[in-house]
Amino acid sequence: MTTFTPTTSDEVLSTVAWAVAEESPLEILGHGSKRGIGRPLQTEHTLDLSKLTGVTLYEPAELVLSAKAGTPLAEIERLLAENGQQLAFEPMDYGPLLGGEPGKGTIGGVLAANLSGPRRLKAGAARDHILGINVVSGRGEAFKSGGRVVKNVTGYDMSKLMANSWGTLAVFTDVTFKVLPAAETEVTLAIRGLLDDAAASAMALALGCSAEVSSAAHLPERIAARVAGGTLGSDAATLLRVEGFGPSVAYRIAALKTLFANAGPLQEISGEASRLIWRDVRDIRPFADGSEKPVWRVSMTPSQGHQMVLTLRMQAAVSAFYDWQGGLVWLRMEEGDPEAALLRGLLRKHGGGHATLVRAAPAHRAAVPVFEPQAPHLAALSARLKAEFDPKAILNPGRMAPGVGSATLGIAT
Amino acid sequence: MSGLAMPKPDDATMRRRDEIVADMRIIVPGEGVVDAANAMRAFESDGLTAYRQLPLVVVLPETVAQVSRVLKYCNDRNIRVVPRGSGTSLSGGALPLEDAVLLVMSRFNRILEIDFPNRVVVVQPGVTNLGITTAVEQEGFYYAPDPSSQIACSIGGNVAENSGGVHCLKYGLTANNVLGIEMVLMNGEVVRLGGSHLDAEGYDLLGVMTGSEGLLGVVTEVTVRILKKPETARALLIGFPTSEQGGQCVADIIGAGIIPGGMEMMDRPAIHAAEDFVHAGYPLDVEALLIVELDGPGVEVDHLITAVEAIAIRNGSTTCRISQSEQERLSFWAGRKAAFPAVGRISPDYYCMDGTIPRKELPRVLAGMRELSEKYGLGVANVFHAGDGNLHPLILYDANVPGELDKAESFGADILRLCVKVGGVLTGEHGVGVEKRDLMPEMFNQIDLDQQMRVKCAFDPNHLLNPGKVFPQLRRCAELGRMHISGGKLPFPDIPRF
Repeated sequence: MTTFTPTTSDEVLSTVAWAVAEESPLEILGHGSKRGIGRPLQTEHTLDLSKLTGVTLYEPAELVLSAKAGTPLAEIERLLAENGQQLAFEPMDYGPLLGGEPGKGTIGGVLAANLSGPRRLKAGAARDHILGINVVSGRGEAFKSGGRVVKNVTGYDMSKLMANSWGTLAVFTDVTFKVLPAAETEVTLAIRGLLDDAAASAMALALGCSAEVSSAAHLPERIAARVAGGTLGSDAATLLRVEGFGPSVAYRIAALKTLFANAGPLQEISGEASRLIWRDVRDIRPFADGSEKPVWRVSMTPSQGHQMVLTLRMQAAVSAFYDWQGGLVWLRMEEGDPEAALLRGLLRKHGGGHATLVRAAPAHRAAVPVFEPQAPHLAALSARLKAEFDPKAILNPGRMAPGVGSATLGIAT
Repeated sequence: MSGLAMPKPDDATMRRRDEIVADMRIIVPGEGVVDAANAMRAFESDGLTAYRQLPLVVVLPETVAQVSRVLKYCNDRNIRVVPRGSGTSLSGGALPLEDAVLLVMSRFNRILEIDFPNRVVVVQPGVTNLGITTAVEQEGFYYAPDPSSQIACSIGGNVAENSGGVHCLKYGLTANNVLGIEMVLMNGEVVRLGGSHLDAEGYDLLGVMTGSEGLLGVVTEVTVRILKKPETARALLIGFPTSEQGGQCVADIIGAGIIPGGMEMMDRPAIHAAEDFVHAGYPLDVEALLIVELDGPGVEVDHLITAVEAIAIRNGSTTCRISQSEQERLSFWAGRKAAFPAVGRISPDYYCMDGTIPRKELPRVLAGMRELSEKYGLGVANVFHAGDGNLHPLILYDANVPGELDKAESFGADILRLCVKVGGVLTGEHGVGVEKRDLMPEMFNQIDLDQQMRVKCAFDPNHLLNPGKVFPQLRRCAELGRMHISGGKLPFPDIPRF
């Protein structure tokens, strides 16, 4: 059991090349803040990128930032904030949910997990902001893709392919992201006391008007009390965030207030209080309870989210709240069983999408497909792709799907 | 032309042409198979008209099952296939091959579903880009990416090329606005990626399909996100005595936290050509003309117009007009939108390039272009998506003068080399196609290119789908799959390990 801690890209390359030659699988790690997601790994060696750090290029006027893959996200966010900028896709922090420290995680991990946040609706995810990469494939070869400019269609977009690959295609050494100005002002309008179906209609209405709502979440009764230190109280809260320049935000909030004048009690929350609420929604704070109760992240058609939950409640005890206009459903299974087959069956009946088991005891993660199983042709295509990048299954073997490359090496799955 | 080497036609396929045409007629009955040379003439080139080639046969399927059967038939018999949408590619992406079936998707022209509550539209790939907006605009919605060919180009082609447009700085490219596709692989398998939900459950194959130039699969359905139209839009028309000042103004606008809906720059030759053509009222005594469009609620637009005007004046603008009416806003754009035909009026032919550069390098690249212009003895006019650094130099030449086309191509290649040298890329939105194929090694080394080709191997291991595009040299997948393992020693024995 060896942990390699390279400090340069060349050292990453030589370590992976060595592992390929030895046919000895590696667990690829940044800070390990998301180590609890995916099928448990049983590799002999660990490749720890937490010492491969440093922002190598930051040009605010060009809206671009490059960093070594192990650079702490917190450090990058600090640097951007000093310049009035941000990663507009608002990468979430799984730390609190998984019982880790908050504020950990590397920029490489942001891409590997394709993180995003409540602003996903308007601003996209990591995949929408990655401009270029330098990586080492499971063949033990260093290659690059993309560049440092926003508009680029030169060759396949291999950078996007790295998003949500969870370290199974290549080890990142350098990543380049598009950065954007941070909003000058942020105000949240909360509609109180709505049931899930009324909330879904309200969020659809808000997103379909010209108020440019950047985030829309619904915290049902009691869940609402578990964000921002309980300042919201426990009544259900349907949250609409508006961001931008002061006069514009004021105008748009007023428009929303008119639109929802008869929907229920309205509450305006601005500045730091608003930011705190959205941070907690983003980081799934309502379910950060220190337990191992299974938590699902379900991405689906927004208008279907609450309907699926309604059906699910008839067969299992669940707590739920909604982001992305209802298209991102966070579910906690209160009785301890992930109920994967039940949930995924219902998901298919409600317009499809994908359910990821982001928290569960290791035994459940080994027994239940953590990532949504794919249709046969798509699964076969993904497996062929994995083999083209990592033919000997050196990189995080089996983390995303059992048997992808791992059986040939005799690794317990 | 110009020594562009395409894959050698396969003799066996050429000999079996009659049989293949007959079989295609069985798979796609009715009017869907075109094999007469005069009728195929309409398909012999795309928007890059300098390259022409008649295909083996043109097939226009109507159903996914037909697409699947055509591809499987061709895969089983080692027959090449070139997919085509509306044929507006500017890089030769849909250029036919002599021995290939040209699979034309224009009959896939139906809008399948409009879902306003979830703000998605499901369409067949032959629907035009503008057709999507037309279908939803009565409810005040639109589809954001707006390539200048939007009246004609198909959404399937937009996926293949990852098309942009003047609004993509604020609203993103095709890749950021497509939520799902259905596609058929070369072996006939039908695969669905995404849908009306966000993100992929596994690898982001939608991300790699977008911009793959028809080399990985044939798109048969597209799900796009639509947006509510901004309440208002106003524009500023700003002239500068130097391109440096124009460039600094753009940097300062972004530095002030403003992301305009559109931000376009033109250089002196482009300004003059456009003004002569459409009389938009452009100032003729400036070196750089900037159009900045702000969109959103009126109160926001007014607020930002004032801010941008102040930034422009601070950067020494010699003219700054603010649109006072929708008509005036459109007149600001009229010259920019007519820039290509306007340049067509001052030169018998022009060759449109598409590099992207870090914005701050603009003065250096413009100076480099002036030198090259002298060296080659050909004029050049520049229009520039200033917000994202995407340059469109238009090289002026006369195809009837022997050698001028070759000179224009060499000039263009040198411009792209310059773009790469300053940290940019070969193509921002037009695609590699055949046009920039042989320049790929300027940006990528062999390892980079080999890994891209391995992606191709996962989708199409026999290189049958649109071969001869994007990659300068095709390597067999078996060869690409070989591993070269060098010993089992750690070359860095001093790497910390615990």
